[in-house]
Amino acid sequence: MKESITASRDESASTIKMLRAMVGIGIICALLIVITYDGTLPRIERLQAEALEKAIFKVIPGIVKTKTFQLDKNNTFSEAKEKEKSAQLVYAGYDENDQLIGVAIEASGQGYADIIRILYGYDPESQKVIGFYVLESKETPGLGDKIEKDSNFLANFISLDAKLSDDLSKLKNTVIPVKQGAKVNEWEVEGITGATISSRAIGNILDASTNKLLPLIYSNKELFSTKSKEE
Amino acid sequence: MPAKTLHISSSPHISSGLSTEVIMKNVVWALIPVAAFSIYSFGINALLVILTAMGSCLLTEHVLCKLSKKDSTISDWSAAITGLLLGLTLPPIFPLWMVLCGGVIAIALGKFAFGGLGYNVFNPALVGRAVLQAAFPVAITTWYPAFLDNRFAAISSSLLTFPFMTPVFDGTSGATPLSAFKFDHITTDGMDLALGLVSGSTGETSAIIILLSGLYLIVRKMMNWRIPAAILGSVFVLSGILYLIDSQIYPNPIFMLFSGGLMLGAMFMATDMVASPITSLGVIIYGAFIGIMVVVIRVWGGLPEGVMYAILLANALSPHIDKMIQPRVYGTHKSTKRG
Amino acid sequence: MGNQIHDKANTGFLSSLKGSPSTDEFIKGLWRDNPVFIQVLGMCPVLAVSNTAENALAMGLATAFVLLMSNILVSSLRNFIPKQVRIASYILIIATFVTITDYAIQAISVELHKSLGAFISLIVVNCLILSRAEAFASKNSIGKSILDALGMGLGFVFALFCLGAVREIMGNGSLFGFPIFPSTFQNWIVMILPAGGFFTLAIWLLIFNLLKQKKSIA
Repeated sequence: MKESITASRDESASTIKMLRAMVGIGIICALLIVITYDGTLPRIERLQAEALEKAIFKVIPGIVKTKTFQLDKNNTFSEAKEKEKSAQLVYAGYDENDQLIGVAIEASGQGYADIIRILYGYDPESQKVIGFYVLESKETPGLGDKIEKDSNFLANFISLDAKLSDDLSKLKNTVIPVKQGAKVNEWEVEGITGATISSRAIGNILDASTNKLLPLIYSNKELFSTKSKEE
Repeated sequence: MPAKTLHISSSPHISSGLSTEVIMKNVVWALIPVAAFSIYSFGINALLVILTAMGSCLLTEHVLCKLSKKDSTISDWSAAITGLLLGLTLPPIFPLWMVLCGGVIAIALGKFAFGGLGYNVFNPALVGRAVLQAAFPVAITTWYPAFLDNRFAAISSSLLTFPFMTPVFDGTSGATPLSAFKFDHITTDGMDLALGLVSGSTGETSAIIILLSGLYLIVRKMMNWRIPAAILGSVFVLSGILYLIDSQIYPNPIFMLFSGGLMLGAMFMATDMVASPITSLGVIIYGAFIGIMVVVIRVWGGLPEGVMYAILLANALSPHIDKMIQPRVYGTHKSTKRG
Repeated sequence: MGNQIHDKANTGFLSSLKGSPSTDEFIKGLWRDNPVFIQVLGMCPVLAVSNTAENALAMGLATAFVLLMSNILVSSLRNFIPKQVRIASYILIIATFVTITDYAIQAISVELHKSLGAFISLIVVNCLILSRAEAFASKNSIGKSILDALGMGLGFVFALFCLGAVREIMGNGSLFGFPIFPSTFQNWIVMILPAGGFFTLAIWLLIFNLLKQKKSIA
């Protein structure tokens, strides 16, 4: 009898001890994390914005500033204030005179290893894809990752035909991936030998994204340029 | 006093009387027509690839035996078969230094790392090829057209690439029927496939010769007929079902059977005695698994060909297949089996 | 106290530590008890992020930092943590420092953070760190724990670098991004794939075991 009482007292004492230890450590840890988070957040955000900005500058040559728009539910674009992760974002790029040069569009799709995220530039004036950059890919190093470096492949996107059909509802000629050396038409994406699947994936991502977004962007072309003049 | 030792071994305990050496020798004979046809269709390049692979395997076996202070086992023909099979699965213009590396890997990693002949978990030739495929994916998927006019006169430049350097392939490359189907949706005529008038690995092209060579071994009871039967049967049935569902997307079953390395794999790779299950039922499950995996990889996978991976996967499973279908010991229940 | 003896019996190589000079706490992690080549701990980052020398070094340093900080904190709180909740406390402490490291790496370079990917967060479950907290820091003074963490951490960095260097040289023909072979060198792509990690680790383990065998014979 006596024993059991001491045992329970011990237990309650150690429960308090345990609670004290866990709460104490929890508070120390929470403090440490909050301090680091606050300390590093501005720099992280700046670096990430810089990385994105660099990518946008790469896909729309000759711009000096950008503005972010998001696709709304009723298929129009509005300037993105709060960043929503799910929203389809597009970035308009302007030159020194606030003249719209092009629109950078984020797109993604299944590659060989995992989802590939790309950014491509579109010029509504000439109706062409004018630049391309891989934001994120886990393609096989040495093979699939040629989509980021292969100069012959990247040359596809300097001036890729993306003309809209007469009723402006879709592309006149959809973007088609073809084998290396088999490019005949302006709207074909020439693949890479040895990275067939990855380079085809890029063609397919572009095909899906251009068909969906370019008609919308083209019909809202005014929106992108007027918005910038207002400021 | 003579040392008396009690030999303890796992089943089977009753042998058919055929020694390893006799069976191995017959397998080599059966492979000679396959190799001869590959030399006939791809010329001197194929001959060099096959000879290099064999030489590399034999040399590695000999050196490793000496290093582990055992008698050299190169005379039991098994290393020669590994080399021959490795050579037959490589493209005819594969750089010889890579072939050499493949042979070393096949014997060292595929066979000796597991304890030598009789202990290998995987088919050694396929281990060698799998590593080569992962290491040099471009070289191993650069094919060469068959029956070129100068095939007996000229050695392809890529074959003689300086060791550890990237091969430069001259313009003449040909797509295999499988990659033509996968990437451009072109089906090759079944007759061309059966006769071997197509591009591919040195020894995989002529389905008919491989089939006849396999039949020779089956008739002489040196090969388990259930394995190729189960593989080819399941490939035929599964691809047949897919073809009936949508003949636009899926290739016809004849194309599936006769293209790529399926015949060679089913007859000579999957039938590796050590790496396949022992029981009759187990062997059929094993074969059916390979067949299904081949169709799955070819139809839905990223690669055009999947025979090699299907067989290696089934090799890994084969001890488990044997264990799974063990009959229950009389008087025990399923639930109390462990206790 | 009882469980302490029990723990010591469990972790074999640690039993030899009793009464050893303090420099030994540092040296042992580098070679004799190397966390990767001898104890074979923390294999997930060892195999996954050792595809280039740079990644390997960054990963090794991040792990070493977490190990050092968690060892310090665990050791200084060792009389405060009841043994019933010790594992939970250790994990909490380790997770905190992993989160801090994660932010720090992001702040240093977005590129580096991208290439290390999810493996920074996975330092939490690196059994090397938990095992040092449990087997060493919770029973020794702060000074000893720091030496132990430094030794083990550097041993881990060394091992990762061994793997990363071999894999980058063979798989990419370069070291720290600088090409060291003529441009026509054929890369062994397999070496930068996960399979190459296993091959390289196997070869290093072979070398270490050979050395150990030779030493024990001599």
